Amino acid sequence: MTGTPTPPLVMDFRGVGLTYPGPPPVAALKPCRLAVARGEYLTVVGPSGSGKSTFLNIAGLLDAPTEGQYFLDGIDTATLSDADRTGLRGRRIGFVFQSFHLLPHRSAVENVMLAMVYNSTTRRGRTERAREALERVGLAHRADALPTRLSGGERQRVAIARALVARPSLLLCDEPTGNLDTATAGSILELLDELHADGMTLVVITHDPEVAVRGRRTVTIRDGVLSEQVRSA
Amino acid sequence: MRTSLIGRRRDAGRNSGADRSRLALRDLLSESAAGVLQRPARSALTALGTVLGVGTFVAVLGLTATTSSQIDSRFNALTATEVTVEDTGGAQPEFLANAFPADADRRVERLHGVRRAGVYWPVRLGPEDLVRSAPPGVGGAQGERTAVVAASPGVLDAADPVLSQGRTFDAYHDRRAESVAVIGAGLADRLGVTTLETAPAVFVGDRAFTVIGIVADVERRADLLQSVVVPRTTAERIWGGPRSGERAKMLIATELGAARQIASGVALALDPAHPEYFKVVPPPDPRSLRATVTSDLDQLFMLLAAICLVIGAVGIANTTLVAVLERTGEIGLRRALGARGRHITVQFLAESGALGALGGLVGTSLGTVTVVAMAVVRDWTPVIHPVTVLAAPVVGLVTGVVAGLYPAWRASRIQPAEALRR
Repeated sequence: MTGTPTPPLVMDFRGVGLTYPGPPPVAALKPCRLAVARGEYLTVVGPSGSGKSTFLNIAGLLDAPTEGQYFLDGIDTATLSDADRTGLRGRRIGFVFQSFHLLPHRSAVENVMLAMVYNSTTRRGRTERAREALERVGLAHRADALPTRLSGGERQRVAIARALVARPSLLLCDEPTGNLDTATAGSILELLDELHADGMTLVVITHDPEVAVRGRRTVTIRDGVLSEQVRSA
Repeated sequence: MRTSLIGRRRDAGRNSGADRSRLALRDLLSESAAGVLQRPARSALTALGTVLGVGTFVAVLGLTATTSSQIDSRFNALTATEVTVEDTGGAQPEFLANAFPADADRRVERLHGVRRAGVYWPVRLGPEDLVRSAPPGVGGAQGERTAVVAASPGVLDAADPVLSQGRTFDAYHDRRAESVAVIGAGLADRLGVTTLETAPAVFVGDRAFTVIGIVADVERRADLLQSVVVPRTTAERIWGGPRSGERAKMLIATELGAARQIASGVALALDPAHPEYFKVVPPPDPRSLRATVTSDLDQLFMLLAAICLVIGAVGIANTTLVAVLERTGEIGLRRALGARGRHITVQFLAESGALGALGGLVGTSLGTVTVVAMAVVRDWTPVIHPVTVLAAPVVGLVTGVVAGLYPAWRASRIQPAEALRR
């Protein structure tokens, strides 16, 4: 499963597992190994309740595993304090959510700029960087629109721009097309492909096989057990 | 580790450890300002309680200061030099028509610090005793019902009269019980008395009194201007002494600063055997007067202001708590973007503090306007202590921050993983 990657590992699960203390104790994610090298495009599939959310929370440093070690960019996150883990999350992980999580009263560019508030980005140049990120996702012309005036696909593009603007090591997408119609979903997936082509490391969590096949690698979670199938396609 | 490394952190191989998240003050302020300004109507309603509380606070302090200064200006030399002695007649006033001795004026004027003093009382007239400029039945002069005051010579002097013509009566007239009168200018006009050169007379009923003086103005006892003032002994000769119910009084004009001293000793000087016959009314003490004003109403209104502030604080706390629940997703997002729990806390505290300060500023303005409007209506000088104006917005700010403590703490406890699931 680990292979022998030549590029450095961005995400490295070594026996990572999470068990909610009982009674009875629930193993949301059984101990597993998973390595994602820089520039990889990994999709994680599984039915609802399979442990996908737990995987997302651990990979995104929103939750700490109860077992094993998780190295992010070679940093052992298990030894970090809560504050350090939060800092790492803000700087190295870009989140894309199913429900976008845009602030409704702020324009697209302001929403993107929010990603630079907490990670010591100097105020100067934030607007430019946010506009660059919006340009990258093809939304330069809607930069000053409020989310309520944007279509679902445009909103998700804003969210992706927000995830990209802090130049993270890992783009972590949770059902990025879950709220979109097929055509729009397709355009978002194309955007993810482009980002992958540019060298961004992508981990996309989904229950949709259409989305899953876009990844160069796919892992499946079922009942908390993570397994990788070698793709023929 | 706490100091952040400025620079690119893209190279994944660099094992530099983690840098903690930071929230710059300017970012905190702009995030909070956005939180307040993006929902202006709600912010305004939330701040309303603080507006009322701080407004009441400023208005009460301002009105008190204004009233106090008004008392200071009203309390001039004139009222500070006036002592009135009332004849209560002791335990059985019906047996003592007039407790003032005949030489009351001299007894009191002997006291150090007294300028002039005199006894006076309103004369009880019969229904036929109208005041005319001619005897009844002569010239068809209509009589009018006018007060006749019996006064010892000191009274008119103590009232500081301005005579347009003639003079006041003195001890000579009093001793001989002369039928003379001093009348006010208004009354003189109505009676047609224009000059004293013809020694005109006024008639009270069928009794004639020679007018010896016309008073244009007095500093005290303005009612004398509408009265016929006759010597005390003359009144006693004709109508007798004061009747029960309208007993005699004494007016004393003192030197500046002597009034309270005089007031304490005058009863004994009038009648060493029965000082209890007299009730002395000293001039009001400006200090105690101001204290009365600032204690009674003031405390009530300050209590009211405090209640308003508490209501305002509860309002802010309530709305902020609702906002925290509403913005759970936003909190989760901010946590995902690297915000620490304490960053969430300070942001919500800053928002509620800003609402409180905003309410405080508006309240201060409204309170000040109230004081000025009140002063204008009453023709007073508005007085507000600068400290009040400076402290009031701070009171609002503190109210807001205190109100935000619990919601902000709640917000910081929200788990990002939970919040993002919404």
